[in-house]
Amino acid sequence: MKRRTVLAGLGGLAAANIIRSADAATVVGVTKTEIKIGHICPYSGNASSYGVGGKSHTAFFKRVNDLGGIAGRKINFISLDDGYNPAKTVEQTRRLVEQDQVAFLFNPLGTPTNTAIHKYINSKKVPHLFVATSADKWGDYKNFPWTMGYAPSYRTEAQIYGKYIKAQRPNAKATLIYQNDDFGKDYLHGLQDVYGKDFDKVFVKVVTYESSDATVDSQVVTMKDSGADVMVTACIPKYSAQIIRKSFDIGWKPLHVMSNVSASIASTITPAGPEKAEGIVTSSYLKDPTDPEWKDAEDMKEWRAFMAKYIPDGDTTDANYVYAYGVASIMLATLKQCGDDFSRENIMKQAANIKTVALPLLLPGMSAATTPTDFRPLKALQLQRWKTNTWERFGAIIGA
Amino acid sequence: MTENMSRLLRLVFIAAALLVPLFFASGYQLFQLTLVVAYALSVLGKNLVTGFGGQVSLGQGAFYAVGAYTAAILMEHFDVPYWATIPVAAITTGIVGLALGLPALRLGGLYLALVTFAMAVSVPQLLKYKLFENWTGGVQGIVLLKPDAPFGLSLDPDQWLYLFTFAVGAALFLAASNLVRSRIGLAMMAIRDQPLAAEAMGIELARYKTLTFGVGALFAGVGGALGAIAVGFVSPDSFTIALSLTLFVGMVVGGAASISGAIYGAIFIVFMPNIAEEISKAVPGAIFGLILILFMFFAPGGIASLVAAQMRRLRLTR
Repeated sequence: MKRRTVLAGLGGLAAANIIRSADAATVVGVTKTEIKIGHICPYSGNASSYGVGGKSHTAFFKRVNDLGGIAGRKINFISLDDGYNPAKTVEQTRRLVEQDQVAFLFNPLGTPTNTAIHKYINSKKVPHLFVATSADKWGDYKNFPWTMGYAPSYRTEAQIYGKYIKAQRPNAKATLIYQNDDFGKDYLHGLQDVYGKDFDKVFVKVVTYESSDATVDSQVVTMKDSGADVMVTACIPKYSAQIIRKSFDIGWKPLHVMSNVSASIASTITPAGPEKAEGIVTSSYLKDPTDPEWKDAEDMKEWRAFMAKYIPDGDTTDANYVYAYGVASIMLATLKQCGDDFSRENIMKQAANIKTVALPLLLPGMSAATTPTDFRPLKALQLQRWKTNTWERFGAIIGA
Repeated sequence: MTENMSRLLRLVFIAAALLVPLFFASGYQLFQLTLVVAYALSVLGKNLVTGFGGQVSLGQGAFYAVGAYTAAILMEHFDVPYWATIPVAAITTGIVGLALGLPALRLGGLYLALVTFAMAVSVPQLLKYKLFENWTGGVQGIVLLKPDAPFGLSLDPDQWLYLFTFAVGAALFLAASNLVRSRIGLAMMAIRDQPLAAEAMGIELARYKTLTFGVGALFAGVGGALGAIAVGFVSPDSFTIALSLTLFVGMVVGGAASISGAIYGAIFIVFMPNIAEEISKAVPGAIFGLILILFMFFAPGGIASLVAAQMRRLRLTR
């Protein structure tokens, strides 16, 4: 009885394996009437301020469908929550790829979260497009040909800040706080790139925090006590807001240079208090909705109309919405370039061949472009300073 | 007659739990079920410590992390095959558990809970600590490759991993079941219910409390190692205090003083968040909490108590 059962079992396993291992055609998730797109972002947890990205994309693709879809097909946009937890990201990615059978993964958010799925998605040969993280490694087209970045790299951004501080405050005593992961470390390395062996002399205090911490108030006090007059922060909005508030409250007014992931008014400046944020320097590649200069710009009007119609309760001072609109636009441009061939290979090929597209809401003078050896669509940044109630841009466009 | 029948029923369930997913489940579903087994082992460890041993520990996530990183470091830096990492993870975590169990003796109740809580909170930071970075991979974590089926068996990696994890899990569940029914198990329960009387009967409180802690840690360590291999990635951010709390929830929902409760608890942990997300994208956490509260109202003894009550009713009517 036992042996027969075992043999029957093994035979069944073999049979099941044959049934299950039928090769998936390279056109996955696309039919004559539908294109399935997968997306993951933190709708819950410490990074949930980025959840508006998913909300914006859902509305954006609904508008695409309302206007007729792409090549006669409607977009089926599946967006899942990972709570910024890498283990959960792995699970949701597997679900999208293996259960929902999406054509590709679009704009998943976070550095540690995308790191967790990096090898898997490349081994499965699923396009991993325009990831919402700017760590240096997403442009590695040689080892990870299915992954493409989007925004200018954090390291490049940090180098720009380093050069700015060197020019503005040549005798500065500086301090740095960074998130203890790939995102934060890129800033450390970027600054080290610029300062070289002088780094330790200039940066008298370097502190870190975990993305699961409740507060960074104690780090702020530590930084103030170091006597520094320049503070560089590589933090996500929740912590940037805390830092702005705390440093103001303890009467410390350094030159604050902030990572542009926190450049959102709604997520950072408003919770901190606009008057406390006066003078903060950050960078941008997007038009800020509160900047009076763009009041009558065509693309800004188009975006406001979109927000009014599709996300009426959305906060139009939140740069995350602007970011999402831009990256969804490049996705749309890529899909349009595919013609009628939506195989994963072609989608990836078109993504790697974007010819200088002036995306809506990019600062003037900036455009997106990729080639098979350049997987970084956006490269340029401009510095901006917080003044009373808006970001005031200054200086030249860097890196275009 | 009923004794044999119930044993047969149990065997049928176990066989079905193994074979049905192997034949019919997709790779993703097998992956989820493999995680269920990994979490079930950790929750079982917790059941032993808290449900049977009466000691409140909020640090099970820390032991899970130790097991996971032991497996990862062995596979990444020492090229140890995945199956060999399991016993090493078990022993390592067991030793860590024993070491922590010794001071834990002196504490009880709330203080033990706090100390274990502190342990769990410090895990992500320790894992990222510069001194250990070369081993732990720091913030980037360690990526692991999924093993292929051995002996040329025609199973894909997901199926093989499920089979392997299931086998390890079944063996450990059997061991736990035997432990609880043995004299050691009786001693544990005696210490939980009436420590003074137990001591008077000649049971060495110190030895059994430490042992329980060590065994609980060992189970979590094996669960962590299996989980790490299944997910294919370990990073400090995967082992925050949230994990310990999740395992605690799994224990309570499944049924604390029950072996099978660990399985129900693990199923709850893995599948309930997804169900909550289906119900509401905006507040999945709140929905999860609501479901949890409903469980506590209608099944305070956990799912295991509901199942036991049902089984009793069936046997009586038969």
